Amino acid sequence: MTITEKILARAAGKTGVAPGDNIWVNVDVLLTHDICGPGTIGVFQKEFGRDAKVWDRERVVIIPDHFIFTNDKKAHRNVDTLRTFVREQNLPYFYDPADDSYRGVCHVALPQEGHVRPGEVIFGTDSHTCTHGALGAFSSGIGNTDAGFIMGTGKLLIKVPHTLRFTLDGRRPDYIMGKDIILRIIGDIGFEGATYGAMEFRGAAIEALPIEERMTICNMAVEAGAKNGIIAPDQTALDYVRRRTAKPFQPEYSDPDAKALHAYRYQVSEFVPCVAKPHAPDQYAPAADLGDVKLDRAYIGSCTGGKLADFIAAATILRGRKVSIDTFLVPATREVATGLQSEKIQGQTLTDIFKQAGCLDIAPPSCAACLGGPEDTFGRTHGKEVVISTTNRNFIGRMGSKLAPIYLASPLTVAASAVAGRITDPRKFM
Amino acid sequence: MTSPILRGKVYVVGDNIDTDQIIPAQHLNLVPTIPAEYKKLGTLALSGLPAEYPPLVKKGAGISEYVIIIGGRNFGCGSSREHAPIALGAAGIRAVVAESYARIFFRNAIATGEFYPWETETSLRQVFNTGDMAEIQFDRETITHSDSRKEFPLKPLGDAKAVVEAGGLFAHARKMGMM
Repeated sequence: MTITEKILARAAGKTGVAPGDNIWVNVDVLLTHDICGPGTIGVFQKEFGRDAKVWDRERVVIIPDHFIFTNDKKAHRNVDTLRTFVREQNLPYFYDPADDSYRGVCHVALPQEGHVRPGEVIFGTDSHTCTHGALGAFSSGIGNTDAGFIMGTGKLLIKVPHTLRFTLDGRRPDYIMGKDIILRIIGDIGFEGATYGAMEFRGAAIEALPIEERMTICNMAVEAGAKNGIIAPDQTALDYVRRRTAKPFQPEYSDPDAKALHAYRYQVSEFVPCVAKPHAPDQYAPAADLGDVKLDRAYIGSCTGGKLADFIAAATILRGRKVSIDTFLVPATREVATGLQSEKIQGQTLTDIFKQAGCLDIAPPSCAACLGGPEDTFGRTHGKEVVISTTNRNFIGRMGSKLAPIYLASPLTVAASAVAGRITDPRKFM
Repeated sequence: MTSPILRGKVYVVGDNIDTDQIIPAQHLNLVPTIPAEYKKLGTLALSGLPAEYPPLVKKGAGISEYVIIIGGRNFGCGSSREHAPIALGAAGIRAVVAESYARIFFRNAIATGEFYPWETETSLRQVFNTGDMAEIQFDRETITHSDSRKEFPLKPLGDAKAVVEAGGLFAHARKMGMM
């Protein structure tokens, strides 16, 4: 069996499962946030009763992150709905925007707070819940109705996905980031190339990647239609988890003879810095080929592109240089924001580097303009701005305006492009 | 089900209609389980499509004049927001007929019971124009272009059909005595 099949088999209390099997799994963690939490709670209370209790208060994690720094009244009402529910249910894991417990983007906060453990089953009311496969968990996005069902029962009926195996050999050049790897793969297999499947990433280049870069890759598995992305938890992953939780867990690993529906092999040393052109993440192009694309705005942030590693990469380019376009920086979480002040490159903090480079003031952590959001959202497009962004989607209107095209790229490429004002291969500045 | 035939106007869209086009993120402050906000979501369905598309729901109208959407490949890709299938259902859409669906959207469509997410082997986008009349035969699982009388098979929905028919996952589970 593959790692995905083994995790699901154990969660279903079975000795074995095969792709296509419909099985009931026990859920270890249910994640929700401010835009799908109120609807999930609505389903739960309608179906199980106004006084019903969640199946296990230790396993429900609520991380508001989407519409936080806005004057939108309904957005505030929705966070209030979460607060009331947390109080009524006495839930221990709620990260309230009104106090010090606030963290920021749920997919970066969930592992940082120790809620992601290898071998466990995680469902979340957000498609990028697939991020958490980076630590060897089975983790997938669902809707409010399924989440409401889990809240009441702790179980979900799911189909065991087939596995697509991606082996990334070789040594990763320093100008290639996790984003370049996943955009190349999505470009090859297409926007729906992994629909219903598990994308398993392995190989020397993956093993050499830090956890945050693995998260970038697994985060975007859903952009190829996958149910989950997953990487076997090696020592790097186990160390990351043990630093953050004392709870026990049992990692799973693919058998050497585990079957995959398709196997792909890449030499990462041959990769080049790339972008996804508007309006889909599979519109791959080498950054060097798009030097004639003039930009109005650069954006570094989100669950896939707003981690500390992403800002360190951007700072290596921006140190001693000036941006020539509006450059928006949104750390994913408070931990990342703190890192911007403590992390230094040749004695200079990231915060200082960005300030001297002429970036806009760093925003407080949240999803911000990654998905547009309310009119007053930081970084939201309103006109025909041409944007290069470290986020995960470039659909029409994704960052607010339908007329604002979005190019997705690594933080290195976004930073280099911010300096040049045109799409730029970061090797120019390395 | 009240009638074995669903008859009405179709609305035709392209490939890769993502959830941001179905319901732009700025409207995710609406909570689908609040009745007034459920209705409001319906008036905003497909409002993220490019400007060259006619509105699915006319300004001031509560629901759409269309009841069937004809789509291409990978319909509903992107977000897990259940607001997306709910917006279509609240707009009065009873069936989507597409070549393929993104996984989470398909599952949400069935779990909410908002509409039947049928698939076809071949594209019907060359057959239908927005505003054409169509008939879906529920028992035989076929769609017919009303003017030309050309009939096309739908891929059987299997067990999922009864879930939508009941009105979603929970209603189906109660009907079957599962809860």
